[in-house]
This record gives sequence, C-alpha cells and structure tokens, in this order.
Amino acid sequence: MTTAITAPTVPGAPHATGLAGKVRWMVSDTLTLTRRNLLALTRIPEALFFATIQPIMFVLLFRYVFGGAIHVPGGLPYVDYLMPGLFVQKVAFGAVSTSIGLAEDLQKGLIERFRALPMSRGAVLTGRTSADTVRNVFVVIIMTIVGLLVGFRPSTTVLLYIAALGLILLFAYALSWGFAVIGLSAPNSETAQVMSFPLLFPLTFVSAAFVPVQSMPSWLQGFATYQPVSVTVSACRALMVGSAVTGHSTWFWVSRSLFWSVLFLIVLIPVAIHRYRTRI
Amino acid sequence: MTHAIEADDLVKVFKGKREVRALDGVSFGVEEGTVFGLLGPNGSGKTTAVRILTTILRPDGGSARVLGHDVQKKAALVRTLIGLAGQYAAVDENLTGRENLQMVGNLNHLEKAFVTQRARELLAQFDLTDAGDRPLKTYSGGMRRRLDLAAALVARPTVLFLDEPTTGLDPQSRNDLWEVIEQLVEGGTTVLLTTQYLEEADRLASTLAVIDHGRVIAEGTPASMKADLGATVLEVGLSSVEDAKRTGTILDSLGPHAALVSGTLVEVTVDNGPQAAMLGLRSLDTEGITPTTFNLREPSLDDVFLSLTGHRTEEEDVDDGDGEQGSKRRRRRRQAEQALPVVTGELS
Repeated sequence: MTTAITAPTVPGAPHATGLAGKVRWMVSDTLTLTRRNLLALTRIPEALFFATIQPIMFVLLFRYVFGGAIHVPGGLPYVDYLMPGLFVQKVAFGAVSTSIGLAEDLQKGLIERFRALPMSRGAVLTGRTSADTVRNVFVVIIMTIVGLLVGFRPSTTVLLYIAALGLILLFAYALSWGFAVIGLSAPNSETAQVMSFPLLFPLTFVSAAFVPVQSMPSWLQGFATYQPVSVTVSACRALMVGSAVTGHSTWFWVSRSLFWSVLFLIVLIPVAIHRYRTRI
Repeated sequence: MTHAIEADDLVKVFKGKREVRALDGVSFGVEEGTVFGLLGPNGSGKTTAVRILTTILRPDGGSARVLGHDVQKKAALVRTLIGLAGQYAAVDENLTGRENLQMVGNLNHLEKAFVTQRARELLAQFDLTDAGDRPLKTYSGGMRRRLDLAAALVARPTVLFLDEPTTGLDPQSRNDLWEVIEQLVEGGTTVLLTTQYLEEADRLASTLAVIDHGRVIAEGTPASMKADLGATVLEVGLSSVEDAKRTGTILDSLGPHAALVSGTLVEVTVDNGPQAAMLGLRSLDTEGITPTTFNLREPSLDDVFLSLTGHRTEEEDVDDGDGEQGSKRRRRRRQAEQALPVVTGELS
C-alpha cells in the first residue's frame, strides 16, 4: 500500500539531497536557532544586565579587594596579571548557560518538537553554541573596556591582543560543547547548573588565572600549570602583556591551548550529538 | 481505502531502575481524512506510540508507516509530512507568537514570503492576532496551546499528531480547541489524537483504540463502545456498607453490566438515565433504603476500563520511563478533572 503524497503543498526548498543540500540546511537551521537564542537573550533584560554586571564586579573585586595582597613575580602590576585570567574565567563560567539552555529546551518539550521537524539534526546544538559565542564576543568587549578603565594596560600589539581574544572565544566554544553534554544529560535545568560547578571551580580557581602557581603547594602546581584553563590563561597573558611572566614562550602556551580546544571539539561534538539523538 | 497511519506490532522497552514495556505489540490503522483517538490512562503507552510515529523515538520491535513511508527508513521525508502538538505547549517562552511560528517555518525550510504570510494567517485563525507580537510569557494556558497547535500547522501537514491537546485546559479553551480540530479535519487532515477523556474522544474521533499497559485492549467507534458500556452511570451513596450491598443486588438488573459496590458507593451503567433513576429509586423505596447521594453522570474513561478490564485505571508510576514528567502529567490531569464536574443531580 502506498499513497501518492510525498511532499506537502507548500512552497519551500525541495527535500535536501546530497552533501551540499545537507550542509546548506545545517547552516540555515543553525542561523535560525542562533537568532532564536540571541532574541531570547534580549527578551530578558534582567538576565542581560546581571550578566554584564557580574564580570565588572569580579574585575573590581580582584583589582581593589584581593589584588593588594597578591604579589606577582617580576614586578608586573597585578591588574595586568589579572585581566587575562579574568577573561578566561568569565567565558568558562558563561559556558554554563549552554547546559542550562539545552536542559530548559528539553524540559519544555521544545527539543521534542525540533526532532519531529525536517531540520538538520545537529542544528539545535550548533545554534546554541554559536549564540553563546556571540554573547562571549560582547563579554570580552565589555571586559576590555572595564579593564582599561581600572588600569589594565596591554603592552604588546593590537593584533596580538585580538589574537588572544580569538583564543579565548575558541576555548569557550570548545567548553560549551562539554556543557552541552551536561545539559543533555541533566534531568532539569537546575540540576544542569549544579552539575556544572564542581567541574568549573577547580578548573578556574586551581589555575594560573588569579594567583601565581608558585604560591600553591608543590603537589598542586603541576595540575595548576598545565590544565586547559591555565594554559589558555598563560597564552592570553603572553599575548596581551608579554611572555616574561609566564615562564615559557608565547607559542608554548598558545600551542597547548589550541591543543586542548581542538581535542575538546573532536571528542565532545560527537558525544553531544549522540546524547541529543538518544535523549528523550 | 488507504491508511494514512499504520502501526504494526510496535514494541518499546525502557530500561531503567526497572524495565518498562511501554508498548507491547501495538497495531492499528488510521484511515485518511479521519480522526483516530488513542484513549488510555497515564503510562498506558500513548505518548510513546506518538513519539515513534513522529520519528522522535525508535521502536525496539515492529514498524510504522505514515502515508506509506516507513518512519525509520524514511524519517526525513516523514518529518516533512507531519505536524506534532504535544501536551506541553512546546513553544519558546521568550519569543513572540509570530516569532515562534516563523521559526518553525524556517526550520521547515519554507520560502520566506510564505512563512511570513502563513504566520499571519495562523495567528488570525487561532484568534491570536492581537497577542501575536507579545512574548509568550504573557499568554494564558489556552493561548499557549493554541499557538502550539498553530506551530504544528505551519507547513500544512497532511497528518497531524495531537498528544493530549486539551489536558489541563479549562472547559472553554477545550471547546475552542475542539472546534479548530474539527475544522482541520473538514479540510482533509488526518488526525491521531491521544486523550484521557472519553468525552473528547467521543466528540472528535471516528475510530477509537483503548490502550492499557502498552496493549490495545479494545477498538471500535465511540458509539459501539458506548453501546457496549451503557450511556450513563448511576452512582448511589449509602449510609452503611450493608445497605450498599443490598442496593447493589437491587440495581444489578438496571444496566448491561452488574452493579459495582465499593464501600458505601454503588455504581451501575445504564442506557437510559432518567428511566433507570426512577426505577432504581422506586425499588430502593420499596426495600426501605434511603440513599445519602444519588447522581447521574457521563461514563468516564474509568468506567470504560472497568467494563473492559474489570479493574480501574491505575495511578501507578509507569510513565514512559520518566517519573518526573509523569507526575507533572498526573497533576495536570487532576486539575483538569476538577474543572469538569458532570454531576447532574444530588440528593442528601
């Protein structure tokens, strides 16, 4: 038994065939969902306000409250040491919103609707991570402005500074795929949030972000120096204020940061897509 | 005669803390251009069946076809032909009604101009034009459900799946939604509807399947089921268990099935309510029994179950392997039941 109906009577793109068609749909669906996620961001002005105010508070807290007690070897002003660390800490914490957003979509049944649509399978995830990257662009711009206001003085070139921001955005993008896995594994958005923090705290605080690693007990120094957040912080520090304070060459840190980001993407994208396909 | 939807021996097992056979060999066929009602209590497997038919979930056994296309092998094609409105009003809270509809249109890869026009059209059809550019946060429950249904219709699907479309709605919104569904069917759409309400299935569906514990336990037209069951339920409350037992014996002859006595309550399904009420009261009077309550009501899904299986619908926690969603569903159901009293007369 077959019927003649193979397509609904609506004007639209023909059914995607071949790789080119699939890629075109992937891009268009990703854009649609990125737009949706960004629109949602602008619809909750309170959330946007506090998302902006929080990094500013962190800058002020470490610059003026803790900063006086922290001494950086080599006589570098603490604010110059601090800012690259804060950039990375901020975008890493921001990646939690990837997990919360996906967990919410699951909870509200939106993902179920998406799965019954003839859309590209991975677009729910790429749309979410892309929107989070766009948001991170705003975060690093705001942090740059606030940093300059409290005395942060990048001492390399504009090009290297922009390269550092690019490295941060890539690292954040890679992390957000990890948080996508958490969001798709959590029973609800509240749990997604609390599941994220045990991972984030050691990575951002047991790191070279806020204090020199040399001040930590020796058994902690190895992890604190070479874990993914730390090498990215050191790479940004080298690119923004010079490599002298970081103990190795700029390329040493940049290559390690790139290594982690690429490794995360290679491992986490397939895992996230698998979770998306099997979850319901 | 062609079947728009065919389910063939579907099996789905959820492995978790304990294994749940959500579907245990479910088969049915839905004729093109008709409404098919899948009736069953929570955890009976209705939602699982819908998820498999809409390509969201893969079955562990059996197969299913929509408009002749296998839902597993031709999933991408099937998705272009179907619309799905679930019980959660799966719409984006932060977007406006119009933006929600346009998003679904874009994800269906429809032409931009068509999407814009279709969104306007659907907002008007569902009486949401004024609210169209407000974020959904400001919508009432009924408005959300209407928008959810509108979203399912953006691509003009030939086959529409409605998973408990009115659960949790007030009677007015429920009626509005029923009218919309009736209009769609007049336009030639095939609809598969799951529901917990006999009244809803009766009003909308031309064919029904009753599902329990993942199995179809009865199939037929609403009329044939009702005829089998009796049209009205006579419910008599007594002051003592002893009186109830005697009343049960007296009322047994009123309907096609034996009266059910539970505690001090006696229920019997009858064909002609008023007549049975008169007869019943007269016989009770003769025996010197005075009831404390005396109600005539529409038969519920519970009564259908009782007559089909001999047991009441269970409120146990077997719900597609997801306890949290299950309890939410049950809460909604209870709210909805409270909103729908069908008591027609009471003596006390």
